[in-house]
Amino acid sequence: MKQLKFIALAAALLFAVPGLAQQVAVIKLPELQKRLSRPNDTTYVVNFWATWCAPCVKELPHFDQLSTTYAKQKVKVLLVSMDYASQLDNKVKPFVQKRGLKSEVVLLNEPDPNSWMDKVDSKWTGALPFTIIVNNARNKRTTFEQELTAQELNKQVQATMK
Amino acid sequence: MKKLLPFLAACLVLALSSFIVFRPVAAGYQVGDKATDFKLKNVDGKMVSLADNKTAKGYIVVFTCNTCPYAKAYEQRIIDLNTKYASQGYPVVAINPNDPAVAPGDSFADMQKRAKEKKYVFPYLQDETQQTAKAYGATRTPHLYVLTRQGNDFVVSYIGAIDDNSEDARQVKTKYLENAMTDIMAGKPASVNSTKAIGCTIKWKRA
Repeated sequence: MKQLKFIALAAALLFAVPGLAQQVAVIKLPELQKRLSRPNDTTYVVNFWATWCAPCVKELPHFDQLSTTYAKQKVKVLLVSMDYASQLDNKVKPFVQKRGLKSEVVLLNEPDPNSWMDKVDSKWTGALPFTIIVNNARNKRTTFEQELTAQELNKQVQATMK
Repeated sequence: MKKLLPFLAACLVLALSSFIVFRPVAAGYQVGDKATDFKLKNVDGKMVSLADNKTAKGYIVVFTCNTCPYAKAYEQRIIDLNTKYASQGYPVVAINPNDPAVAPGDSFADMQKRAKEKKYVFPYLQDETQQTAKAYGATRTPHLYVLTRQGNDFVVSYIGAIDDNSEDARQVKTKYLENAMTDIMAGKPASVNSTKAIGCTIKWKRA
C-alpha cells in the first residue's frame, strides 16, 4: 500500500514537471514600471487580470495567442496577475498550469492600489481587466479598461507596431 | 420678431442645458459635483431616494454586489461603516449596478437573500437601468461616494476606496474613507478626497 502511494506520488510529480516550466514571478511596482518603460522598438501588451475575474479569464486566450500570431515580430505579452500574493501557490500557479499559458505571467504584490495605480496609468480607475499596449520607441501607448475581443486586440497591436 | 426672440432664447437655454446636463454624465462625478437623486428599488420592495431621509447630513453611497470577491472582502467593512456613521447622520446606501443577465448571482432575489443573510440594516438597491452607476461614473465594485447635504442638494465630497488593504482588514494602515469622514464631519473638505482601488468591473448590459 505504501509502495502504491509512492508510485502515485512519483507519477504526480512527473506530470507536474512540464508545469514547472511556467514560473510566476512575484514582482513589485519598480519592476513593472521598468517593463513598461523599455525604450526599444518592441510592442508590449500588458494585461492586468485575476483568476477570480470572469471577463479577464474569458479574454486571456486572446492575449496568449498573440505570442503565436506575432512570433516573428517584436511583440511581447506580459500577464500581470492582481491576485493576492497569498493565493500564488493555491490559485495562480494551478490556473496558469491548467490553462497552459505560454505568455510570461507575473504577480504584482502591492497591497495598496491607491499608492501605485497612477504610476502605472492615470487613466486606470481600478476595474479589471485593464490592458496597456505600448511601444516606447514609436511613442505609442493605448489603454483599455474593458474586456477585449480577439479582433479588437489584434487591431490595436497592429496599430501600435506600425 | 417679438415672438421669435423668446423662442430663440428658449432654444438657446435648451441647447445649453442639454450640454450642461449631459456632459458630466459621460465622465461621472468629480468631488464638488452635485449628485442627482435616484429612485431605486430596495430589497424590501420599496423605492428609495436620497431625498427620503430628511435628517441625513449626507450618505455613504457604495456601488457593490453579491458576486465580486473584492465586494465580499469589503462587505463586513461596509456594514461596520454604517454602524459607525449612520448614527452620526451619514448612513450607507448600497447600490448593485450589475446586470443579472451577465452576473446571474446579482439577481434581485439573490440580493434579497444576501441582505437577509448578512442582516443589512441599510438599503441595498438594484440599479436596474444602470443609469445611476453611469451618472456617478462608477466603474467597479466596490466603488464609494461620500455625499454631503447642502440644503436639499447632495454634493460629492469623497470618491474611492475604503482603505489600503482589501485582503485583510487587520493589515490596514490607512483608512481613506474614515479619514475623509473625519474632515467632512468637521466641516472641512477631505484632505484626501479621491483614492483608487482594484475592483471588479461593473457588469454592464450587453448592447
